[in-house]
Amino acid sequence: MSGVVKPRVEHPGLPRNALGLSRRAYEGGMSTLCAGCGHDSVTAAIVQACFELSMPPQSVAKLSGIGCSSKTTAYFVSGAHGFNGVHGRMPAIAAGASAANRTLKYLGVSGDGDSLSIGLGQLGHAIRRNMDMLYLLENNGVYGLTKGQFSASADLGSKSKKGESNDHEPIDPVLLALALGATFVARSFSGDKEQLVPLIKMGLMHQGFALIDILSPCVTFNDHEGSTKSYAYVREHLQTPIAADFVESRREITVSYAAGEAVSVEMHDGSNVLLRKLDSSYDPTDRSAALAYVQERAAINEHVTGLIYLGEGRRHFHERHNTPDEALNSLAFDKLCPGSAALERILSRYR
Amino acid sequence: MPELASSPAGVNDFVIKFANVNGTGSASANSLIMKSIFRMGVPVVGKNFFPSNIQGLPTWYEIRVTGDAWMARSGRVDVMIAMNAETYGRDIAEVSPGGYLVFDSTWQRPALLTREDVTVLGVPLAQLCTENFEGARARVLMKNIMYAGVLAALLDLDLEVMRGLLVESYSKKPALVDANMKAIGIGYDYAREHFDCPLPTRVEGLGLTRGHFMMDGNTAAALGCVYAGATVGAWYPITPSTSLMDAFRGFCGRFRVDPETGRNNYIIVQAEDELAAIGAVIGASWNGARAFTPTSGPGISLMNEFIGLAYYAEIPAVLFDVQRVGPSTGMPTRTQQCDLLSCAYASHGDTRHVLLFPANPEECFYMSVQAFDLAERLQTPVFVLLDLDIGMNDWMVPDLKWSDDFQPDRGKVLSPELLEKIERFHRYLDVDGDGIPWRTIPGVGEKGAYFTRGSGHNQYGGYTEDSTEYQAVMERLSRKFRKAAGMVPQAVSNGDGRASVGIVSLGSCDGAVCEALQVLRAGDLAVDYLRVRGFPFGEEVESFLADHEIIFVVEQNRDAQLKSLLTLETAVEKRKLRSVLYYSGLPISSGCIVEGINSALARGEAA
Repeated sequence: MSGVVKPRVEHPGLPRNALGLSRRAYEGGMSTLCAGCGHDSVTAAIVQACFELSMPPQSVAKLSGIGCSSKTTAYFVSGAHGFNGVHGRMPAIAAGASAANRTLKYLGVSGDGDSLSIGLGQLGHAIRRNMDMLYLLENNGVYGLTKGQFSASADLGSKSKKGESNDHEPIDPVLLALALGATFVARSFSGDKEQLVPLIKMGLMHQGFALIDILSPCVTFNDHEGSTKSYAYVREHLQTPIAADFVESRREITVSYAAGEAVSVEMHDGSNVLLRKLDSSYDPTDRSAALAYVQERAAINEHVTGLIYLGEGRRHFHERHNTPDEALNSLAFDKLCPGSAALERILSRYR
Repeated sequence: MPELASSPAGVNDFVIKFANVNGTGSASANSLIMKSIFRMGVPVVGKNFFPSNIQGLPTWYEIRVTGDAWMARSGRVDVMIAMNAETYGRDIAEVSPGGYLVFDSTWQRPALLTREDVTVLGVPLAQLCTENFEGARARVLMKNIMYAGVLAALLDLDLEVMRGLLVESYSKKPALVDANMKAIGIGYDYAREHFDCPLPTRVEGLGLTRGHFMMDGNTAAALGCVYAGATVGAWYPITPSTSLMDAFRGFCGRFRVDPETGRNNYIIVQAEDELAAIGAVIGASWNGARAFTPTSGPGISLMNEFIGLAYYAEIPAVLFDVQRVGPSTGMPTRTQQCDLLSCAYASHGDTRHVLLFPANPEECFYMSVQAFDLAERLQTPVFVLLDLDIGMNDWMVPDLKWSDDFQPDRGKVLSPELLEKIERFHRYLDVDGDGIPWRTIPGVGEKGAYFTRGSGHNQYGGYTEDSTEYQAVMERLSRKFRKAAGMVPQAVSNGDGRASVGIVSLGSCDGAVCEALQVLRAGDLAVDYLRVRGFPFGEEVESFLADHEIIFVVEQNRDAQLKSLLTLETAVEKRKLRSVLYYSGLPISSGCIVEGINSALARGEAA
């Protein structure tokens, strides 16, 4: 939430996207997070993804709650409107904002405190409503701004910086999203840009609710020995059954894999997701298998990352409400107000 | 509990009360009677006293027939229709001397449950239904319709008017019209045969209801939302506000479905709780839609954090608080004006909010439209404070007017064209010196992009922890709020303004105060009346308070919340204010106001 604006000095040789914009056009204010914070890497991945997708900056709406993660919406795409709401209630703002204008891309950034404690109900209902949005959950297992309390995603037995042991089982947002019927569920690691950038691109293009749980270590309060959300621990315990690549609609699919290894899934706008199986037994379109897989791996202390589930068939928020293709906030007043003649007809029913 | 010893009941001036069991279909019979009287041109006041229950508990409905067109309860009961054996004892006790009681004489009441000063009329309704109708459910329903027939004879109601209403109600099931008319006929004939019909308390057709209709305030407020162009409604169901969203949904079904595409030009989000409901309203308003939430006191409590965000980040929002009895869950189906303070100062930190106080469904409609204009003009939450009495009871309302030239005031929103003309956009900068900054709607373009936050911010929209920058924004918010005093609906006064005694009241107290004024003035008390219709209070409120020596503040809560608000927010000397409080949960009647003022004056408080 810095008031410091980065000077937009652009080297003429910077790569440009289809809109003629450089990557710098997707940056935001200067981060005020701790040096080395995983969240800053996520911010960089968002910038990269929006740049690569050639998104007009004003077509994005950035939404967040309260906490370190929620501050980051000020650090990317400064040409987009942003809304830093109240703690745990970003999904409600997203519901209203999306209701008013379905034509924008809603990018929500939240954390484990914001999403899994104070805002667990709202997250659940955003999934239930199948809001058309990408929801990034920057997950570090700890409350940073209040100096190091365990969050609801902290693993049982993991140690705090002060050496206390966590007595509660974690709430895993991936399992939650799978159980509640989300159609795009992924997990990644802030330190794995190669994996994260394509996932963010897919999530932005997915129609309906897309959740990416991003393990994003807190360098100040949760990066020590005994933590299961430290850089070292996460790196050693990642397990990725599927490699997913995003191929834009206007690009030909040139990547080729050995037969039987890769599957291409077409998205609503004509772009494709290329899925490459790293674990041949894994099927990312089978919800219950995905649930079982994530649970089994968690039992042996492995964080399953990558695109975990991609499904179809659930109507999203606007389909359920049968709204017009244009934004409700753009409808002319004469379409909304029935007028004086109709009023007389209405009153006649009450005489 | 007769509260006002008014003149004895008579033609076009009496109260019928129905004591029923909840869930037996009595509502349609009671509404048929009220509507028939209304259609005969005689003004009526309908009040429903119902339990927080789906089936089985006692419920009452009261119709005041008032040729003088009073708007409040009178406190009398002249004809009691005692259909609930469980409450028979208290029902007969409630009848005013000289009144009548009709009961189902299929089973005889013990003789002790009579009163010498009440005429008890027995009609064997259950027996007549058993003899004439098949099926248990039909017999229960027809029993209610049958007492409507009895009343038609006793009160001299026009059977053709009743038939007309039934024809309209059952346009899709015409067979029901004949069945209902048969029941009415049986009741009617029985009464004509056994009693001296009509009673002295009877209806004589007048032409006084022309140009009027019957509607509850929630429906009128919902209609206002439709006419104001609201497209997003977010809510969590709560009594007594639920019917507001139900009505909005109904109107949208008629007027907001695109005839060509079949798409809905509205969204109703049934949220997981009130926090999410107000969050969605704020998100939608931030994004340029007109959005609202209907709720009641417990919902306002839950919404507090978000309300503070909307105040500080300057986002429009329209809230309808249909007040019910508190504290806590309180009595959800009873009325009170108990959320004045919790709405005026909702949320932590220094916050003050714009409130509108409709007194009847007519004002619910107009103030609902105005609430959206004010919320967008002032970029702040606006609360419309109804109560259960206004929101859920059917009121006689003068025809609503609508000008097709009406254009909503969307406030200071920078269009892409305006944005193009300015050098730089700063969200919270007071460029016009009126305390109201310009805003932009997401999607307008990079030049208009800004970051909305509830954390400390400066006038440029940047994050701040700097005292001076923080205070500059807070000062401007204060200026903006003071400006609102001249924009909310003005208080209305009654009287020449020269009396030394004044009454200040608001909302649904109005009908009772107006009736009390007549009694007080007839008793040679010079008294002026001011009804406040909005907060912050305007100059006219200050003047009224300054110009009167003794001011009675009439309101429906225990803690004198309006009096507190006047004390806090005007220059009035506290010693001038007296309270007349009524908070039983039933709508106030004139009796307690007359009594409260007269006894205070008799105690010498005027000195």
